Amino acid sequence: MNIIVCIKQVPSTSDVKIDEKTGSLIRDGVESKMNPYDLFALETALQMKQQVGANITVLSMGPPQVQDIINEAYLMGDVEGAILSDRCMAGADCLATSFALSQCIQRIGLPDLVICGKQTTDGDTAQVGAEIAEFLHIPHITNVLKIDDIKEKSIIVESDLPDITQTVELQFPALISVEKDIVQPRLPSYKRKRSLPSLHVRSFNRNDLADKDEEKYGLNGSPTRVVRIFPPEKTRKTELVQGNSTELADKFYETLAEWKFV
Amino acid sequence: MEVCLIIMKAKIVIHQQHAQNPQELTELCPFGAIEYMNGQLNINAACKMCKLCVKNGPVGVFELIEKQQVEIDKTQWRGIAVYVENTNGVIHPVTYELIGKAIELSKKIAHPVYAVFIGSQIKEQANELLYWGVDAVYVYDQPEFASFRIEPYAAAFEDFILQASPSTILVGGTTLGRSLAPRVAARFGTGLTADCTHLEMQANTDLDQIRPAFGGNIMAHIRTPNHRPQFATVRYKIFSAPQRRDARSGTLITRELPSEKLVSNIRVLSLKNKPAIVSIEDAQVIVVAGRGVRKKQDMAMLQSLAERLSGQVAATRPLIEAGWVDARCQIGLSGRTVSPQLLIACGVSGSVQFSAGMTGSQHIVAINIDPNAPIFKIAHIGLVGDLYEIIPLLLERMEAGMHSKQTSHLPFPENVVK
Repeated sequence: MNIIVCIKQVPSTSDVKIDEKTGSLIRDGVESKMNPYDLFALETALQMKQQVGANITVLSMGPPQVQDIINEAYLMGDVEGAILSDRCMAGADCLATSFALSQCIQRIGLPDLVICGKQTTDGDTAQVGAEIAEFLHIPHITNVLKIDDIKEKSIIVESDLPDITQTVELQFPALISVEKDIVQPRLPSYKRKRSLPSLHVRSFNRNDLADKDEEKYGLNGSPTRVVRIFPPEKTRKTELVQGNSTELADKFYETLAEWKFV
Repeated sequence: MEVCLIIMKAKIVIHQQHAQNPQELTELCPFGAIEYMNGQLNINAACKMCKLCVKNGPVGVFELIEKQQVEIDKTQWRGIAVYVENTNGVIHPVTYELIGKAIELSKKIAHPVYAVFIGSQIKEQANELLYWGVDAVYVYDQPEFASFRIEPYAAAFEDFILQASPSTILVGGTTLGRSLAPRVAARFGTGLTADCTHLEMQANTDLDQIRPAFGGNIMAHIRTPNHRPQFATVRYKIFSAPQRRDARSGTLITRELPSEKLVSNIRVLSLKNKPAIVSIEDAQVIVVAGRGVRKKQDMAMLQSLAERLSGQVAATRPLIEAGWVDARCQIGLSGRTVSPQLLIACGVSGSVQFSAGMTGSQHIVAINIDPNAPIFKIAHIGLVGDLYEIIPLLLERMEAGMHSKQTSHLPFPENVVK
């Protein structure tokens, strides 16, 4: 079985800067790490490998520094790496990101299963998985809560829908995005650090992809534009009450009475 | 505020022959995006298009080449469409909230409002939608739509877009909506903005979309200036539902897909109802526990308060992670968005991540020992004190109040409920 896990490098903190001119995020200069949701995707793949045997490739798009999270993945288990890096891909929105990743997945070779995390901690959109599946013309299931069974040509999973959970059989090739807590991600093994030099990583750029049209990548290939970025508003006027606990409890009670809750 | 957005395609070209000291030029870029390898200057993927190299570099080496994009004809795209989220034909209330918003947005540009309803045996419910002020309901009612499977649902949505050419499409930010909307947006190569908290329509039909990013630390104003249809998802309880009308209006348009459009590589084996708990989004009163609550046993005190007010207990992320409260009762950007009649925040500091999920609450009381806690910026009433003393005293008073007044205890008097 062949699996590609898509992972992303995100800033370690939410305290980030914005490029005011382009509206793109400035990621350099702040500490970065693997998107925490991707740990669940990677662990899901590693457990499948243990169960039925699999070749796992972790794929990340970004500047050359994404090598760091490929290494991080390797410390968790036996994977190969793939990096998609090209200046024309900078500033991509969900659509341009998904398109580039789908092109790279086709270049590597369409696997049986693509696994994505639920969302990223920087964009919070949860859209890239479904968009990759569309570009690859394969079915997808998002919000996967549990892997029930792995068969030769299909997988049985439980997914979360608004009022129900659905158990489905999904034919390969397919894409799933997994919920947080589907599995417990293992800690990186520092023993594996010694064998890090044997980690096989392939690097790709736009010229390696079937569609080389630079208008389709990065900021140029992004239909959405960030018009402006601003801090959240805080406008509410609060009545701040100080005093001893009895006075505060009285005030609390009176307020609830005034609002007709008691 | 009117922001004029010119859509430009841009790239930076390096004229190698003008570079005197190429190795030094790599220093120009604060992002380390300029490389000098094998006698060639190159720009790598770290480039942010900040243009500092063009501005500060030696004349003629870095050149910015810009060209304006051909603008699409936006008059070809008319209408604001709402996807009708449903489980076995039962319409999810986020649908009505989005219809209300769509009607409001349509007034500015005089576009029709459409509902797109995909399901099986949904004729009756499709009729119900005509009481909500839409101009037309596109109904896709075939047995293959009984359970959600991405390929047939995306095919129906695609058919709707090809038929109606809507300018804007709103989809509920539920697990289903967030699976379907990106699939269809990608099919049309267009923009989709997730979890919008504010929407406004420009006269040129561009939708102004505002959404939180980076865990709510930043708000982003996003547009899709040169693609149609423009997609947005909105979570449940962000907008309010309009009044149901007394008379029906609008038309039903029934569409049927040919069988080859209905094939799927997904086979639904079983469906399970989720345990019937009142979801936290539907609670009218919510008592939220934050890190000021010291141990799991103390949750009982908050539970009593919630019960006394016929409400529910919820929590912030640290307590959910500690396993004290069910994860479905997490409030905040990574949990649920709520807008109850009353929210009591107990020992909650009030991070932006948390407040993004509850600022819509009608009445907010905060108890915190720290007078500088950010929660006091969003609460209506802020009690600076110890929740371990205040809540037991309040419970006593409520007990006494009930006995002395002998009034019937109505949790939601009519003048409070919307």
